[in-house]
Amino acid sequence: MMSLSDAEIGALLLSLRVSSVAVVSALPIAFAAALLLARKSFPGKILVDAILHAPLVLPPVAVGYLLLIVFGTRAGLGAFLYEHFGIRFVFNWTGAVLASAILTFPFQMRAIRLSLESVDAGLGDAARTLGARAFDRFRNVTLPLALPGVAAGAITAFAASLGEFGAIITFVSNIPGQTRTLPLAIYTALQTPGGEAAAARLAALSILLALVFMTLAEAVQRRARARLT
Amino acid sequence: MSIDVRIRNRLGAFALDVAFRSDEPGVTALFGPSGAGKSTIVHAIAGLVTPQDGRIAIDGRVLFDFAARTNLPVEDRRVGLVFQDARLFPHMNVQDNLLFGWRRAKERASQSEIAHVVDLLGLGALLPRRPARLSGGEKSRVALGRALLASPSLLLLDEPLAALDAVRKSEILPYLERLRDEAKMPIFYVSHAADEVLQLADRVVMLRDGRVEGEGSVFDFAAGEIGQLQPAAGAVIDARLEGDRDDGLSVLSFPGGALSVPHTGLSPGTRLRVRIRAEDVLLAREEPRAISANNVLTARISAIQFEGTSQAVVHLLCGGTRLAARITQASARRLELKEGEPVFAVVKSVILDPHALRSRAALE
Repeated sequence: MMSLSDAEIGALLLSLRVSSVAVVSALPIAFAAALLLARKSFPGKILVDAILHAPLVLPPVAVGYLLLIVFGTRAGLGAFLYEHFGIRFVFNWTGAVLASAILTFPFQMRAIRLSLESVDAGLGDAARTLGARAFDRFRNVTLPLALPGVAAGAITAFAASLGEFGAIITFVSNIPGQTRTLPLAIYTALQTPGGEAAAARLAALSILLALVFMTLAEAVQRRARARLT
Repeated sequence: MSIDVRIRNRLGAFALDVAFRSDEPGVTALFGPSGAGKSTIVHAIAGLVTPQDGRIAIDGRVLFDFAARTNLPVEDRRVGLVFQDARLFPHMNVQDNLLFGWRRAKERASQSEIAHVVDLLGLGALLPRRPARLSGGEKSRVALGRALLASPSLLLLDEPLAALDAVRKSEILPYLERLRDEAKMPIFYVSHAADEVLQLADRVVMLRDGRVEGEGSVFDFAAGEIGQLQPAAGAVIDARLEGDRDDGLSVLSFPGGALSVPHTGLSPGTRLRVRIRAEDVLLAREEPRAISANNVLTARISAIQFEGTSQAVVHLLCGGTRLAARITQASARRLELKEGEPVFAVVKSVILDPHALRSRAALE
């Protein structure tokens, strides 16, 4: 049953590529946002926090629609990028990356923030008395201790990204080999007469991937906890 | 070596207003009950707390001066702080923990000095281990070593034994004694345990409710002469080992008398800190004969202090050395003890601090 067609394998590989690039490119921004929220207090912090978390609760279709408005090549930022740099997101796999990155950004940011906040501030004080300045402390004490949490957040975001559907289909459509990721392939199979078997195969594959990566995320954190405590 | 501390700080209902200085090397105990402000003081010296007023200077190097708006960052103070909870970096092994401050120090300890600290604190076998795999006592020793290797100009120990049980404590105390005897920098030792203070300190600053209640030598402290807080615990005597007799006893001399104790295994001339608890001293008006105790000292009563309804502490002068005896008020009346009168002090037992080879002894 699990022998996949070339098109299905193509959808799997595209999904993996879109999700990896989305997670890796969102990571630095998620890290900066997490650091800001974990370490600084400023007016309007609650609002910033809410906006950064919004992709968790917004309808993905709405996000896709907004992206289409902003990054469509006819107007706005999209037109500017296309005319001056030749960068085009719509109907392109990079658009799927952009949509996935935005929608899974809060998963990463949340995990990083929690792991930064869980690093004992007393260790920072100890490092100070031993002569370590702010960046030194961050680089050598806070970051290594937060890293397992960061990794777990990235893996969770990756797993979530594999399931992204609404924003991708709205923003970059359903183009085989370009934007037809696993969920879009399942949807396509269901629209095709006699495609139920293919849909079942792809759905089973999606579930398997989700379980594998969620288990991996948990294992990373458990292993770190066992080593550090 | 001098340390000058003046701190005023108010945090909610708690007001701290202390001033003390120390011009001698050695261990200064900051002694007092919890809530006296001890930890705030060491955190202020280290720079982790910024007082609202005051001045802190080590050897004329100003770390904090409110009036002059000087407030050296923690990283630049070169003040070693050993926290109660050790605070080792959990992602580094013992060796990397030990060298964390060393790598960042301007004047680094040499390889042989590192080896010496590792040896002094018994850390050799622990170097590759992670803190998660250390016992509480081992963590304390690593924290001490880590602070030492950062070459601080002052070492602050914030109740380093408080988190340990009695067995672990007794494991660490000898290491602390060796540290005291070898350390070149002054040490501030925060404690609320009189025993630790008697064993380790040279000077005591007694704190209560955010104020200095009294200060003095550990001898004053033992005699209960600092502040109202601490009852006389007995006596601390700086003694010199004269030699071993062939009856199995060694003779220790001190200004005003001599004590015989079982063979110590130490060489003649060694300085030892001898503690005699007030409970271990009996008093007699006439010289006791036919008595099993080896040590009967002649002394003069300098003061009698009643404690509660039944106990009394009799302060004695034995030549230039102070002793104390805790007896019942009934005995004091029966013997008609009065200030200025001679008396015989029968010492039932003494406590020798085994590693207390004072650095001073080497200098003399």
